[in-house]
Amino acid sequence: MSITKEEVLHVAHLARLEFSEEEVTRFTEQLADILSYVAKLNELDTSHVEPTYHALKLTNVFREDEVKESLPPEKALQNAPEREDNFFVVPKVIK
Amino acid sequence: MQWHRLSLNELREKLLAGEVSSKALTEYFLERISKLDPQIRAYITLTGEEALKQAQAADEALERGEGEKRPLLGLPLAIKDNICTDGVRTTCASKILENFVPPYEATVIERLRDAGAVFLGKTNLDEFAMGSSTENSAFFPTHNPWDLSRVPGGSSGGSAAAVAAGLCAGALGSDTGGSIRQPASFCGVVGLKPTYGRVSRYGLVAFASSLDQIGPLTKTVADTALLLRVIAGPDPRDSTCAPEEVPDYLAALERDLKGLKVGLPKEYMGEGLDPEVRQAVEKALEVFEKMGLEVREVSLPHAPYAIAAYYIIAPAEASSNLARYDGVKYGLRVEGKDLIDMYKKTRSQGFGPEVKRRIMIGTYALSAGYYDAYYKKASQVRTLIAEDFSKAFEEVDFVVGPVAPSPAFKIGERIDDPLQMYLSDIYTISVNLAGIVGLSLPCGFSQEGLPIGLQIMGPHFSEPQVLALGHQFEKTLDLKPKEPEL
Repeated sequence: MSITKEEVLHVAHLARLEFSEEEVTRFTEQLADILSYVAKLNELDTSHVEPTYHALKLTNVFREDEVKESLPPEKALQNAPEREDNFFVVPKVIK
Repeated sequence: MQWHRLSLNELREKLLAGEVSSKALTEYFLERISKLDPQIRAYITLTGEEALKQAQAADEALERGEGEKRPLLGLPLAIKDNICTDGVRTTCASKILENFVPPYEATVIERLRDAGAVFLGKTNLDEFAMGSSTENSAFFPTHNPWDLSRVPGGSSGGSAAAVAAGLCAGALGSDTGGSIRQPASFCGVVGLKPTYGRVSRYGLVAFASSLDQIGPLTKTVADTALLLRVIAGPDPRDSTCAPEEVPDYLAALERDLKGLKVGLPKEYMGEGLDPEVRQAVEKALEVFEKMGLEVREVSLPHAPYAIAAYYIIAPAEASSNLARYDGVKYGLRVEGKDLIDMYKKTRSQGFGPEVKRRIMIGTYALSAGYYDAYYKKASQVRTLIAEDFSKAFEEVDFVVGPVAPSPAFKIGERIDDPLQMYLSDIYTISVNLAGIVGLSLPCGFSQEGLPIGLQIMGPHFSEPQVLALGHQFEKTLDLKPKEPEL
């Protein structure tokens, strides 16, 4: 399994990461190594196997829809890098 | 008095009998930390002042006779720094959360607090619990108390080293692919990965949500039983937390195990296993026979595929979980020329290389056109791995084997080869994929004097039996030395 530098750059964009030229080279090699290792999964025929996404057979855990105490805005905002009144401030999105 | 040599259960007796106060114990551990932690570096954040206040309150509660009802009253503990503590910095050993002070408490912390525990501080880990050596901490590596040139294992390396070095009376860690059991093995302490869903994950910073589980790291199996009883049980704030009632694990420790069957998977004793570890495990099997259990070989035919499945599933879940670090609501923000640029700069400067590597693998595996080939395929193999265990547990009551292929390796030895590092999780990962119980406990030493761990695995919710077997094995073996010379 091989992966190209272009693919690495595309995936980095999807993951909202950026890399230096040297990092892209290193990551391309390391990801190729890891992907060729995990390719051993293809030795197994899984065409009739249900996937497991959760280790316990728990389904739909319901509870009453009740109003309960929640985090006050002051606490919810206490770690915000930038805030104004009760809002998180982000860079302008709409041009 | 060398209080750090006593177990949690022994310290509890001393506290109840009034032979020592929680304040004196807490001062003792804080002093030991200030003397020894500069070489070990188990702690990221110390909370000495708060600990002394908690100890004072514990002493008053002991005075009022609350000790019988509150199982941890006055006992000083350490907490892995990916478990949220209200008002106390929780960093995940990452620059992106370096200054994050949670506005809420993890469920396990609430339960420990109600039980009367004293919190000494927050322990080091591989960034976001991703790693097997604690070298991926963005701040500093932790050193193995048995040999300072070696890693303590990871990712809960800070908690394991703190217990081994007597820098706390017990600790919590988290285990996604072996992160409690492997450091326990490297540091010669006991560590338990409970059944998935046995302990609430509310307030545990998410890495791979279908695998993550909080558990104890302690000096003895009975101490793990004591802590597990407090932290286990359903939680309305974690819908993946199991509704099963919590048994009295301490009361179950002496149950009769004669005639029960222990299975050794042949796949766990093959290529790549250090001969000294093999020997120690074989000796452990003899101990089980001496204890009146029957030992036989079992097979987990899909075990060789566990690492490959895990290194798709865990990074896929991680890439999704770590999308929340965007420089907006909490954590680091690095300004950029627009919103996307701000995200990219924040995440690129905030995450270390291993975290980025896993986000990349996960994003790739989940990206358009690859989902079926990777994530779905790995999840199907996960089913096969879980079925292997179900079949084995039809034949035997426990599955045992090594925890890690070798004793603790040198700091720096594997850090440049991610795949080599991943392979050190070969015996622990399947347990997380299947969601079953895995206990790591000391079973011997290498010629160089490094601890070797034994893993006891049992079906979902078999903690009472697994802890009983561990406890009786520990008593029969009576391994020495109990702690490193420092």
